[in-house]
Amino acid sequence: MNIHEYQARELFQKFGVASQKGKSAFTPEEAEKAAEALGADQIVVKAQIHAGGRGKGTFKNGFKGGVHLCKTPAEVRQLAEQMLGQTLVTHQTGPEGRLVNTLLVAEAVDISRELYFAILFDRETSAPMVIASTEGGVDIESVAEHTPEKILRLPIDPFLGIQAYQTRKIAAALGLRGPLMTQASKLFTALYRTYVESDCTMVEINPLVVTPDGRLLALDAKFNFDDNALYRQPAIVAMRDKAEEDPREVAASEFNLNYIGLDGNIACLVNGAGLAMATMDIIQHSGGRPANFLDVGGGATKEQVSAAFKIILGDKVVKGIMVNIFGGIMDCNVIAHGIVDAVRETGLTLPLVVRLEGNNVEAGKLTLAESGLALLGASSMADAAAKIVAAVSAA
Amino acid sequence: MAIFVTPQTRVLVQGITGSFGAKHAQLSLDYGSLIVAGVTPGKGGQFFEHGSHKVPIFDTVEEAAKQTGATVSAVFVPPPFAADAILESADAGLSLVVAITEGIPINDMIRVKAKISSGTTRLIGPNCPGLVTPGEGKDSHGGCRIGIAPGYIHKKGNVGVVSRSGTLTYEAVWQLTSRGYGQSTCVGIGGDPVNGTSHLDVLRMFNDDPETEAIIMIGEIGGAAEEEAAQWAGANCKKPIAGFIAGTTAPPGRRMGHAGAIVSGGKGTAEGKIAAMKAAGIAVAETPSVMAETLLKLWGKL
Repeated sequence: MNIHEYQARELFQKFGVASQKGKSAFTPEEAEKAAEALGADQIVVKAQIHAGGRGKGTFKNGFKGGVHLCKTPAEVRQLAEQMLGQTLVTHQTGPEGRLVNTLLVAEAVDISRELYFAILFDRETSAPMVIASTEGGVDIESVAEHTPEKILRLPIDPFLGIQAYQTRKIAAALGLRGPLMTQASKLFTALYRTYVESDCTMVEINPLVVTPDGRLLALDAKFNFDDNALYRQPAIVAMRDKAEEDPREVAASEFNLNYIGLDGNIACLVNGAGLAMATMDIIQHSGGRPANFLDVGGGATKEQVSAAFKIILGDKVVKGIMVNIFGGIMDCNVIAHGIVDAVRETGLTLPLVVRLEGNNVEAGKLTLAESGLALLGASSMADAAAKIVAAVSAA
Repeated sequence: MAIFVTPQTRVLVQGITGSFGAKHAQLSLDYGSLIVAGVTPGKGGQFFEHGSHKVPIFDTVEEAAKQTGATVSAVFVPPPFAADAILESADAGLSLVVAITEGIPINDMIRVKAKISSGTTRLIGPNCPGLVTPGEGKDSHGGCRIGIAPGYIHKKGNVGVVSRSGTLTYEAVWQLTSRGYGQSTCVGIGGDPVNGTSHLDVLRMFNDDPETEAIIMIGEIGGAAEEEAAQWAGANCKKPIAGFIAGTTAPPGRRMGHAGAIVSGGKGTAEGKIAAMKAAGIAVAETPSVMAETLLKLWGKL
């Protein structure tokens, strides 16, 4: 799950992480008021969408740029009128762009130094890890590749949490001395609390800035949350913006299906995440391109299979479907009935290859054969992949 | 010998009265496994009945273990309570805890792993299908089945199988069984980023197990556990290993169903894992359809 920049700032305020002053605005009037309340000489207005590249983006109404600097509340209002309710296209949104419903109106700060600070879950140590660098405001992965000595990694004991001496050690490595060291300790401790108490898997501050007047501020942030922990994070769940998500993925999640849209034209429907990935792989290996990842889970019902077909068929690029089910405990005949119903309900005309294996497979195959539907059976995963690729290329 | 469990292993089920735990406790009993106790707080003194089986239910793992001699637990409790259930079994001194539960928060598992790493209890999972040591009977009946794998697809034999994925394991097992080759033990280590037992842990045990003659290792994108296992195997494992990695076509930055299946920052790619396995002399199956075939060729059986 992702959140907007203005929501990240709300989290910062809640946990006491120092950041520049700012407020969200949903209308031009709110934007103007927010700017008045700031009382700043320089104001930045930022379109709130999840995609990056906002500054260089263009609105579909022709207005250029999703991030603007200005000086007066009146200017903020004028900008807001051209941005709100408009669709912003950036290099990350694709040509369809994203609708801008919210703006962040914030104090524009002067910067004397840009640093990098992140806390993330580290798989190797199975613990939280701090990553810090004097090279902020740039792509940290390229820093790691070209100048690894400029990156500090510090594992945190999950029982103790971040200790004061550790925050001073990081501050020293970043050259934050004197009063800045005190500010850094406070900020790092607050950010660790944010990370743990919000069940994050990553909080990245890039850049963390020092201003000419001696303030240390988290200027921009990226959050990742642990999906498994959302059940105990109602405040985070409330920040979910479904308009920013792939509508097919939203629909799938409502049926407890795991769907990820890809750019190929052969859809697949599989039980189990590993087998679902392997099915995408074998489609590609056979010369086709998978249109999606779709795991219906270990105990899929008829209703789920039917919903899965509708989601797959919602993608107009799809030219054929491969069903790959290894029914260990799950009854293959139940799945077969689900497929037959779904094909009838949706009036499917695309080529469909079904590979069933496992529990009660003979009955399942019989159900498919007796349905009178034009679907192809398959003796193995490889056979199924070869058949669907051939059917799609012939069409 | 098999690894972790034998048909004589006495097993308790945490969450035996929930629908998921109950269903699989029944299937394990049908398979002939020794499910000797159930644990559901507040239901101590009741019984879990299935056919001729009457399994006593206890309020705590400690009582269940003491009174029934169970040494292994299968955890089926829902995610908010699963970390606590694992710690309870470790505290009761069980030798093995198999956590089937999917969806345990990472922060919970970080603490569980840190806590039990200093003790004697081994954890397998979470978010795993469990493990099966096949028995001698028809359709491998009489074996030890802990978790949710279909028992009947197995056959007693000499191939060890280790995997992060459930259905992909069943696929490999079924390919082996259909060709007449049985398994010593099949271990699902689970699809979460924090797990108790790694590919490497299981490879070491298969290498030391006299009953295991060859190994299938199935991995997927995310993390570096397959690379680590491959490196060790290249230098130390005396038995033929075939492998498969799922997720060659997965887009970077997206979680592919399993919480741990994600390529991030260019790390954890299928290409990297396949290269590490090949460098270690592991025969990598080109497609999941030929996992058994790839092993049998390397093993000199084809």
